[in-house]
Amino acid sequence: MAEPAVLQIDGLHGFYGESHVLHGLSLEVSPGEVVAIIGRNGAGKTTTMRAIMGLLERRTGSIKVKGQETIAALPETIARLGVGFVPEERGIYASLDVTENLLLPPKLGEGGTSLDELYRLFPNLRERRRSQGTRLSGGEQQMLAIARVLRTGADLFLLDEPTEGLAPVIVEQICTVIEGMKNKGLTVVLVEQNFHVASQLADRHYVMEHGRIVDVIARGELDAKLDRVKSLLGI
Amino acid sequence: MNAQVILGQLLVGLINGSFYAMMSLGLAIVFGLLGIANIAQGAFYMMGAFFSWMLLRWLGAGYFPALILVPLIVGAIGMVIERLLLRRIYRLDHMYGLLLTFGILTFIQGLFVWLFATAGRPYPVPAELRGGFDLGFMFMPTYRAWVVAASLTFCLATWLVIEKTPLGRTLRAATENPSLTRAFGVNVPALMTFGFGVGVALAGAAGLLAAPIYSVSPLMGGDLVIVVFAVVVIGGMGSILGSIVTSLTLGVLEGLARVVYPQGANMVIFVIMIAVLLVRPAGLFGRQP
Repeated sequence: MAEPAVLQIDGLHGFYGESHVLHGLSLEVSPGEVVAIIGRNGAGKTTTMRAIMGLLERRTGSIKVKGQETIAALPETIARLGVGFVPEERGIYASLDVTENLLLPPKLGEGGTSLDELYRLFPNLRERRRSQGTRLSGGEQQMLAIARVLRTGADLFLLDEPTEGLAPVIVEQICTVIEGMKNKGLTVVLVEQNFHVASQLADRHYVMEHGRIVDVIARGELDAKLDRVKSLLGI
Repeated sequence: MNAQVILGQLLVGLINGSFYAMMSLGLAIVFGLLGIANIAQGAFYMMGAFFSWMLLRWLGAGYFPALILVPLIVGAIGMVIERLLLRRIYRLDHMYGLLLTFGILTFIQGLFVWLFATAGRPYPVPAELRGGFDLGFMFMPTYRAWVVAASLTFCLATWLVIEKTPLGRTLRAATENPSLTRAFGVNVPALMTFGFGVGVALAGAAGLLAAPIYSVSPLMGGDLVIVVFAVVVIGGMGSILGSIVTSLTLGVLEGLARVVYPQGANMVIFVIMIAVLLVRPAGLFGRQP
């Protein structure tokens, strides 16, 4: 690849207390790519996201964000390299209202979406801007979690299960938002259980099993490898 | 019963309640952000009073300069202690924080007893706040009215900062979910140092306000902090305004008890604490589990 990777992981091992969850995982994401990490429950997808973000208790190996080694870095340092994180549990603050949730993350770079623009993109959030963050519906909370990091000017996004547990019409909306991010040239790493969504959005798929990457499938190869993917995912 | 006596005790109660409010507000901020029940709050209160006395005695800096300087000095000492000591125990159970800050309280009190002995030292009421005014039904000493107004101002200013400013927004977020807040690029460890500084600076300011009323002595904070802990347990950790209201109410109830049943006055807050713990274990304004 000619362009240097935005994210390059080599031989990553990750631990929760005594249990060894990631076993020498490697992957690479180029600028402007949308990459999906797919795999069964418990394969280590969320742990991978938390490891990239510096939120895992112990990790070894190498994680380079824009060429910078972050394996020993603190979460705040990693974020300041321009990483926007949407956690699996969404992480909406109950003690903040919707606007405050949106304004919380500090600016990390140029070119973030302004608050007005975000409210145009997500009219529901504008309507409920004075509501306590956790009073929103699941779909609205997910919108808020994504909108929140779009404001910061980050250019590498980690989206952990953005469509989990949402109604199909909301899933469509979120897909549109992610398409929009892609069209803007932003880089997205997506953990996704919904294979339909992943296949629609991603340029490449990393298939995870037992804390390792077991296959990489480019968009074009998807049809040819569909049976293998389905057996790996158990669908 | 004499109405003057009742009103007099109500005023004393309101003043004590003002000190409880500043102390418990500081405790609530520190507990929320650091997860530490800071028994040493009493030592910072005492140091607030002592530094006011030292500023006046040794440097000739009076009450009003002290109003700015004392919270800054006490807050700075607090931040050093947070960096050197408290930081090491965040991962451990709450009990360790209680034990460590109890040790800090004992150490600081011991240091001041060693340096200054236990006798109280008077601190004069500033000239501008001497005298009093007649309310018609009672005589109100100016300084006492000032203490109530000043402590309410400190508390409300703190509340406004926490509820209405970007800094407060970040503090609330870091209190609720520190690791996610860090993942957004916020330097939460630095915020914790700052929060501890603010929490103990409130105690230091309360010490200055108290200096002209009580005499300045090394042991003045140790007893107060026990009562303030009971106030915090009654109010719960959930709400800042709740802790202010609880503090003032309990101060006044204690004052009333002194009229009705003086022998039991020191006990009344603890009796209420037991009752509240039985009925609402998370406190009156705390989030029920």
